[in-house]
Amino acid sequence: MSYQSFEQVLQKCHTEEKEFWQVIMEDDMAERNVSLQESMEHMRATWDAMLLAAVTYEGDLKSSSGLVGGDGRRMEEYAHNTCEESLCGEYMDDCIAGALQMGESNACMKRIVAAPTAGACGVLPAVLVPFFQKRCRNTDKILKAMYVAAGIGQIIATRSFISGAAGGCQAEIGSASSMAAGALTYLQGGNCEQIATAAAMAMKNLLGLVCDPVAGLVEVPCVKRNVIGTVNAMACADMAMAGIVSRIPPDQVMDAMKEVGDKMDASLRETALGGLARTEEGVKIAEKMHASQENW
Amino acid sequence: MNLFDILGPVMVGPSSSHTAGAVRIGYISGKLLQDHVVKAEILLHGSFATTGVGHGTDKALIAGLLGMRPDDIRIPTSFELAKKNGMEFSFSTVTLKDAHPNTAVLRLTGEHGRKIEVQAASIGGGRILIAKLDGIDVNFSAEKPTLIVHNVDQPGHVAQVTTMLAEKQVNIATLQLYRDKRGGYAVMVIETDQEVPEESVTWLEQLDGIIKVTYINVEE
Repeated sequence: MSYQSFEQVLQKCHTEEKEFWQVIMEDDMAERNVSLQESMEHMRATWDAMLLAAVTYEGDLKSSSGLVGGDGRRMEEYAHNTCEESLCGEYMDDCIAGALQMGESNACMKRIVAAPTAGACGVLPAVLVPFFQKRCRNTDKILKAMYVAAGIGQIIATRSFISGAAGGCQAEIGSASSMAAGALTYLQGGNCEQIATAAAMAMKNLLGLVCDPVAGLVEVPCVKRNVIGTVNAMACADMAMAGIVSRIPPDQVMDAMKEVGDKMDASLRETALGGLARTEEGVKIAEKMHASQENW
Repeated sequence: MNLFDILGPVMVGPSSSHTAGAVRIGYISGKLLQDHVVKAEILLHGSFATTGVGHGTDKALIAGLLGMRPDDIRIPTSFELAKKNGMEFSFSTVTLKDAHPNTAVLRLTGEHGRKIEVQAASIGGGRILIAKLDGIDVNFSAEKPTLIVHNVDQPGHVAQVTTMLAEKQVNIATLQLYRDKRGGYAVMVIETDQEVPEESVTWLEQLDGIIKVTYINVEE
């Protein structure tokens, strides 16, 4: 990517009177040396894969460790069948269910789209699929939102990191949430500044989040962390649309994520040596896993 | 990182390094054998050894050996498919010196008796590096057309190969040379920008002092 910052992208938006998605798409065309149509087709295939993964969720699957599975269905049933109104409301409950479902599908070895990683693959579809199904059945608009999300992810990857092993969960769920917040802000009619603001606020809220997977698996707490990424993205998009701004500029927020990640102890970066992984229960689960591994 | 490294890859979960990368290691190793795999003895090191089963690393490696790509939905059932295809396989753990934490060693036998030992690492985002071939240190990703020439360590072989490539208008992207000892067994790894013609590979194989030639081109 030829942009290292939100500032550069925003500047391009202003000087050439282009939208955020357009600047990112043109950069993809230049970098991969492809036509507008080829770039769009690739994005459409990515969206199709995401949508297919979302609608083919199987609620009776369990991961090989047995730790996750079925919660996405539980949440969906609660959203639609419960007599009392839930706190979040049906629309957000659907998003929460979507995040759980995609996280579980990933853990159960189903096909997903890494966004930006497999562990954080639930956030973007959790905000996009319900939007597509209930608010705006316009694929073209969704594809543009995906360019926005990908552009934000690229800036983060350039300035900081997007893997838990490098920077903790803030780099995975934080990045996914930031991408999703920008995409939603675009879909709600926000301008380039509002998109960048939403992305910055989403990252700020998840700064410092550690990567502490039980038994080293992409299951606990990863599946449910996709939910916080989703809910946070929606809240930040709404805040940006309300005209709330981030007191710290977006690029500086991403730089702070890098600094926090660099300072994060290795035990909290996907090594399963700290946090939830080292709780009494976490250790017990890991020991059971390792004992069952002898069955090769 | 391009746009679709961020939104993508489309892959079977749960982990780009432990699952998608492992499929690719199996896939490339199978290509390097240049024969239908009938027997695979697989050793897992580091994080592959400790969390491999939970991430489906074992199923992913076998899926790759069967020719599957990281987005193939049959990956979870690869053990059954291998048995149906008559592929024998075994897994064990190993502790290697100075190896990347996500490393596998694959000892493969083909139906025509070809054998190869590949040591490969999954370095993140589904990308891999081949670190050793038949015990000799190498370092390539198999993302470009790659020509691997095993030869007796004596003068002239590099010139033979590079002259042939020049004649065929194939540009060399990277060139690496390795050997076990002076005058011993040498390996040349050449990544190219264009495809290497099949007849040139066959021609190389017949030269004196050339032990084995492997060419892989895995277009994405």
